[in-house]
Amino acid sequence: MEEVVWLTFLVSLLAAGVRLATPLLFAALGGITNELAGVLNIGLEGMMIAGTFGAYIGALLSGSEWGGALGGMLAGGLLGLLFAYLSITWRGDQVVLGTGLNIFALGLTSFFFRSMYKAGISQFVPSFQAWNVPLLSDIPLIGQIFFRQVPLVYLAYMLIPIATFLLYKTTWGLKLRCCGEHPRAAETVGVNVVKTRYLALCLSGMLAGLGGTFLSLGQISAFTEGLVSGRGFIALAAIIFGRWKPLNVALACLLFGVADALQLRLQGFGLPIRYEFLLMFPYLLTLVTFIIFVNRGDSPAGLGKPYPEK
Amino acid sequence: MPAPLLEMRQIVKTFGSLRANDHVDFEVQSGEIHALLGENGAGKTTLMNVLYGLYQPDGGEIYWKGEKITLHSPRDAIRHRIGMIHQHLMLVPNFTVLENILVGLPSPKEPFLPIQETLTRLEDFAAQYGLPIDPTLKVKQLPLGLQQRVEILKALFRGADLLILDEPTAVLSPLEVEEFFAVLKNLVGKGVSIIFISHKLDEVLRISDRITVLRQGKRIGTIETRQATQPILAEMMVGRAVALDHSFPKGGAAQPILELKGVSLTRPKVGRVLKEITLTLHSGEILGIAGIDGNGQEELADVVCGLIPYSAGQMFIEGRSILNPTPRKMKAAGLGYVPADRQRVGLVKNFSIAHNLVLKSFDAPPFNAYGFLREKVVRLNAQQIIAEFDIRAADLLQPVGELSGGNQQKVILGRELKLAQRLLVAVHPTRGLDVGATESVRQFLHAQKQKGIGILLISADLDELLAMSDRIAVLFRGEILGVVPGEAASLPAISRMMLGERLEATA
Repeated sequence: MEEVVWLTFLVSLLAAGVRLATPLLFAALGGITNELAGVLNIGLEGMMIAGTFGAYIGALLSGSEWGGALGGMLAGGLLGLLFAYLSITWRGDQVVLGTGLNIFALGLTSFFFRSMYKAGISQFVPSFQAWNVPLLSDIPLIGQIFFRQVPLVYLAYMLIPIATFLLYKTTWGLKLRCCGEHPRAAETVGVNVVKTRYLALCLSGMLAGLGGTFLSLGQISAFTEGLVSGRGFIALAAIIFGRWKPLNVALACLLFGVADALQLRLQGFGLPIRYEFLLMFPYLLTLVTFIIFVNRGDSPAGLGKPYPEK
Repeated sequence: MPAPLLEMRQIVKTFGSLRANDHVDFEVQSGEIHALLGENGAGKTTLMNVLYGLYQPDGGEIYWKGEKITLHSPRDAIRHRIGMIHQHLMLVPNFTVLENILVGLPSPKEPFLPIQETLTRLEDFAAQYGLPIDPTLKVKQLPLGLQQRVEILKALFRGADLLILDEPTAVLSPLEVEEFFAVLKNLVGKGVSIIFISHKLDEVLRISDRITVLRQGKRIGTIETRQATQPILAEMMVGRAVALDHSFPKGGAAQPILELKGVSLTRPKVGRVLKEITLTLHSGEILGIAGIDGNGQEELADVVCGLIPYSAGQMFIEGRSILNPTPRKMKAAGLGYVPADRQRVGLVKNFSIAHNLVLKSFDAPPFNAYGFLREKVVRLNAQQIIAEFDIRAADLLQPVGELSGGNQQKVILGRELKLAQRLLVAVHPTRGLDVGATESVRQFLHAQKQKGIGILLISADLDELLAMSDRIAVLFRGEILGVVPGEAASLPAISRMMLGERLEATA
């Protein structure tokens, strides 16, 4: 009896972990792309925020959750383009710009939202519903954990091998990674570094926007402020933890997702710990990851440096 | 004469107020090694970057295989089968050899990388050109000589009828240079034409068929290598007759200035890097320290300058024992220091010339009054030194990082020679400098010696040591194996000691 209770708990914990890891994974895959191209994108958080709001508006206007996904990607992609323009064309400091972008996205979405709804409560819009994958969802345990999720989760699964292939196995990926390691060398073999980095940032913004979409249309069916609350930064930690390899980064996201799910459940256990401390848990884990892994020295050598150099 | 493979006519390239290329004509015949010779900053690299599409010229025309072409980017150059190997190798250290060769190449099976095909082709190339390499190794695991081979393969893979080599021997050891020259001869035999950029006269004379000399952005002339000699080339480069292999008058040593007695230095993990060094440097003497790089030369300099505390032994200046030397104490004792790494140790690149010149004396009068910097005096000082040492700069507030290597070294000399009231430690003082700058640095050092300053000259350039030193001590694995007179006759003995043979010479 005891065992069954534990198993049920574990399955629901992991299923929730997968769900909570999904928005992180979208953003992290985007972050890998721009970091391998040599741009440090602290603005991942802001791009996710833009995504949550863009998705909401998209769903509101189109009456469909997929229209919402499009809106989320568009909003994130536009921020990516803005970031590219400022950091590449105008050679702005990437850390400062990224931080600015986060504040900008937070303020802009709040502004629009509050001008639309004076009461601060949004209306409900179409959202993604769980869809059991035929056959796979019937596998005991595995099926319950991985294959009874909303479609965006399955999209995230598929993106892991796709990203690995594109970034590490194609001519395009090699060029992109060369821009991140040694942009001048890329230039001398005829690669257009500026174009490559622009594209990487736009892709990154779209993926982060998809992560935002998941938050507003995959978990709830509405927009509220503070939906992202630091997940962009957790995604950054996952990238470093996973050493820029999509599969490893996905596992890191899963770890953070499970940590988040765990703290949510522990809150319900009535432990003699104040819930604020439990809330801290995923962020604490992020911090520890940064401390341990940030200086491993195998990050792209040109990361964070504008090109062409002055 | 057949139509040239390449003809550059009246190329003009301007950066701000600097005219890097001033109506330069340049041509390369098919199948030749054409050397492009000039001092640092003469415009060689600029001209080649124009040819490779990295810079757009402000004027002039390029004819390639008889047709006029315009090069907007390296992509265009590659398309015309022009390859370039840059002075700073354009390789990604974290990529494998194979990845470095593949990057940017179109694939016959896009978007997949043509890995198998490339490996096969690489083997063909290796056999054909005599350039074997293990394609699975990461570039950072390779010595510089092999990294350069990867660059050559990279260019050949893209198809190159003309290969531009920008100072290719700068990163190579003498042995690697021999191998490299053999490779070049082989390439020419296979129909590749080569532009060889250099400022080393002996290399240019050995390898090239023709030589074009640039000076201050202008073409001075082109001559057949058969008719060229070192003095002719040097004069073309510098614009006046230059004394090469100039030997300075020897002798004049008087009383001891610096004495080391049994000085040893032990480093954690490394062990003893200096073993009981006993040396005497006299006033008005240049004592050369020879040895293959990494045998304790730089540690010796650091110990004498007080940068590293030594583990055992004693040090005296004019007979007075110096306990626990620090840089400040040594400066007060009248020591000047020209460090090996002028960019990182000797200068603050973002500071102005004027401020770099007072880096060691800003805290005392006349540059300081009640804790405030007296900018007027600092600038006056800079004006004097700039004039005295002939430092070529826009003005005295220009950041030192913008100057050429030779002028940076003159800034250091300008500062340190003022401090060197008794002795001067100079480490690789002419490394990386062109003929003109090298000559003037040596003149400055010699003038110091004549003023009675003792100079400890550490150099990897044996010719320099022989030309300048009164005596030469040889360091091998942290030990002085012998001291010989600074004359050509000592060369065999020095070479043997550099390889570890002990000699009981007296000098």
